[in-house]
Amino acid sequence: MQFFSGAAAAETSPAPTAPPGTAQGLGGSGGAGNMLYVFNRGGVCLLYREWNRPLRTLDANQDQKLMFGLLFSLRSFTAKMDPTSVEKVNLGAPLLPGEGCSFHCFRTNTYKLNFMETPSGIKIILVTNPKTGDLRESLRYIYNIFVEYVVKNPLYVPGTTIKCELFNTNLDKYVKTLI
Amino acid sequence: MAAIYSLFIINKSGGLIFYKDYGSSGRMDTNDSLRLASLWHSMHAISQQLSPTVGCNGIELLQADSFDLHCFQSLTGTKFFVVCEPGTQHMEPLLKIIYELYTDYVLKNPFYEMEMPIRCELFDLNLSQAILKDRVSLLGR
Repeated sequence: MQFFSGAAAAETSPAPTAPPGTAQGLGGSGGAGNMLYVFNRGGVCLLYREWNRPLRTLDANQDQKLMFGLLFSLRSFTAKMDPTSVEKVNLGAPLLPGEGCSFHCFRTNTYKLNFMETPSGIKIILVTNPKTGDLRESLRYIYNIFVEYVVKNPLYVPGTTIKCELFNTNLDKYVKTLI
Repeated sequence: MAAIYSLFIINKSGGLIFYKDYGSSGRMDTNDSLRLASLWHSMHAISQQLSPTVGCNGIELLQADSFDLHCFQSLTGTKFFVVCEPGTQHMEPLLKIIYELYTDYVLKNPFYEMEMPIRCELFDLNLSQAILKDRVSLLGR
């Protein structure tokens, strides 16, 4: 995984410009996003937001735990599977953010899960329509919104559930433009 | 040039019944390949539970930093997956071909016991031909 340079966050303040590949100006043709999870390093779900989810098999808490478990296992799976490296850690050994081979998305017939882990261990998961393209830039943009409206919010206590109205409105506005 | 790194076949209860390496760096020992196979089986099942809509059949494509993983599940629950270079095309048809070879040379073999590791010479032979053919046509593309 590549860590981002400091410049990317600095140039986009306080309202970052949206990356290409979004439906800005096309007027309501977007809305490919289903739900979004943000986890911290310890596996606490800082934010869960959904826009389109007709099917719920579990209650919210169990669902978030299952999602974090899946990501954790997938991370160890990809780190072990990595066919390009010779030195590999044991399967299931704890991995630092950015250590070993990570993954950025997986696709099933009904949804696509996009994943990003920041150097500080924040995990952003965006579930979208399976037909969406590469959303790595979009996740970085969402991370920028997160930094601007949550991390820089003096009332926000790190490690607690996010209750920042500005963050939610900006996030909703952005996810509505995804195609 | 190795477009395909490895091939796994998992039976319906998550046991590895076939594994072949086509040139990944760093050897994977037998225990690790068994663990990875059963781990994939459970993650495939969990991904179905997390679907926002009905009718999810599990992960079809996993895009990691250094490889792509294409998975195909047959109606009976046997899973086939190939690990290949990022961005390799036409892996779904290849998986279908491998499934066809499996039905022809493994399932129709009277000495093969269901859900047990595959040890069929004809399957090995035809599989390596199919992979080779895919590699040749890949060079032509």
